[in-house]
Amino acid sequence: MVENRPFLNFLTHLVLILGVLTVVFPVYLAFIASTHGPTDFMSGIVPLLPGDHFSANYGYLLGTGESTAGAPPFLLMLANSLAMAIMIAFGKIAISIISAFAIVYFRFPLRVPAFWLIFMTLMLPVEVRILPTYKVVADLGMLNSYSGLVIPVIASATATFLFRQFFLTVPEEMMEAARVDGAGPMKFFRDILLPLSRTNIAALFIIMFIYGWNQYLWPMLITTEPHYYTVVMGIKRLASVLDGDNQWNLVMAGVILAGLPPVLVIIFMQRLFVKGLVETEK
Amino acid sequence: MQTKRTVFHSRVLPYFLLAPQLIITLIFFVWPAAQAIWQSFLRQDPFGLKATFVWFANYTRLLDDPDYLNALGATFVFSVGVTVLSMGLSLLFAVCVNRVLRSGRFYTTLLVWPYAVAPAAAGLLWWFMFNPSVGIIPYLLSFLGYEWNHRLHTGDAMVLIIIAAAWKQISYNFLFFVAGLQSVPQSLTEAAAIDGAGPFKRFWTVVFPLLSPTTFFLAVINITYAMFDTFGIVDATTSGGPSQSTNILVYKVYADGFIGLNLGPSAAQSVILMLIVVVLTVVQFRWIERKVQY
Repeated sequence: MVENRPFLNFLTHLVLILGVLTVVFPVYLAFIASTHGPTDFMSGIVPLLPGDHFSANYGYLLGTGESTAGAPPFLLMLANSLAMAIMIAFGKIAISIISAFAIVYFRFPLRVPAFWLIFMTLMLPVEVRILPTYKVVADLGMLNSYSGLVIPVIASATATFLFRQFFLTVPEEMMEAARVDGAGPMKFFRDILLPLSRTNIAALFIIMFIYGWNQYLWPMLITTEPHYYTVVMGIKRLASVLDGDNQWNLVMAGVILAGLPPVLVIIFMQRLFVKGLVETEK
Repeated sequence: MQTKRTVFHSRVLPYFLLAPQLIITLIFFVWPAAQAIWQSFLRQDPFGLKATFVWFANYTRLLDDPDYLNALGATFVFSVGVTVLSMGLSLLFAVCVNRVLRSGRFYTTLLVWPYAVAPAAAGLLWWFMFNPSVGIIPYLLSFLGYEWNHRLHTGDAMVLIIIAAAWKQISYNFLFFVAGLQSVPQSLTEAAAIDGAGPFKRFWTVVFPLLSPTTFFLAVINITYAMFDTFGIVDATTSGGPSQSTNILVYKVYADGFIGLNLGPSAAQSVILMLIVVVLTVVQFRWIERKVQY
């Protein structure tokens, strides 16, 4: 700080506190709503203090679920989301790290075209080419399956670039020393590059986990059997049916359940998250 | 393109290593994109039995379609609204956090988590805040004499999705602004202070211009975000309504293709969207090259 101005300091904290309150308030309100019974909304205004239906609402959603609203038990949907997010994050990192290894540590005729092909995926988000992609997945018989949920989205240009960037900073001597000692490419990759990339892998895993967990349009198209529903698409179905019944307490409990896991990941691994976010954009 | 000075020698290994990524890219990205381009030049008969090649008819028809022009307009208003609102607030928060060094981390933690909330969930959170029957904001607005109803009023619906989308993006912009502010040399602000510039003048004449690469980069990222990553928000809150006022381009592609099953025009929309992403990506990467230079 350049100089001390008490009034400005006060203003700074005021702005930040107001900012934090604005950012947190919708979630606070949703949580409060999720602890009330369905009749508590009849007065026409949302209560601002917790009610006593916390365990009833969450227990009902987690164990039974609103199956008439197309929402199977939330435990099942949460498990599906978790499985999908982990598989997507793992898959993206696995195929990207070996691609980057090939691009940096080998010289072969189709190297540059391959790089550009990977780059192109950046320009083709699912939302843009949705109908033909759906058709491909349907033709391959991958509807209503975990492979259909995961495989079409695990190509990753950003992850490949990140690893390429990182591999380029690894000192040349590492590889020369490994070669002198008689290590082949895969041994070098396994015993030297992978351990060196640990932090990058962890940071990227967080970003990709959040990306995978928050998938919405793709699971909505690929899954028609409730058995494969993920939680983020589940809450939308829940909302569109229960809005008519004024059961906002259950809808908001669903929103909290769907949002909590990735938010916890960010809060507890903030350093890695920030690193991952800033580096993938470089 | 860069490699290592010395490389491993193997004829087949690099192809094996690249194969998974390339196969997925070809099957699920390049092939469908090519299909979309091809179909955008075709017109199917009503029974889907045969398709005729119609050159650019799908495109010209699209650009004459008032619904499509409306979607273009809505997308423009929406992206600008989200970008300005969320970048403005984030910059304000970032400048504040940059001033309070000790408690900065605490505030940062409280500001970054909305990044993790799924767009659909963010939409539902604000949908509940703005719910015409029980929401708290319509309740407060009613004291001002304004009757909020995003199911009926087109402007209200647009405001709702802009706020929901901007809320989710604040954390991202905030982190990049903080990083940008920390790279502004302290000596410059100190020099300006010695020359008698107050805090506000210092910000506008010294810090803000130095921040312009970050600002430009974030503007591109935010427009991309608003155009392509907000499908969940629109689908969970307004579904494009009322009377198409929030029917932004990505939502319209989905609605026309999956619900309307209108293959040719939907494919033409996909191709236009692809061109927009290509332009945005190129602009974004040009920016990165400029950053490297200075």
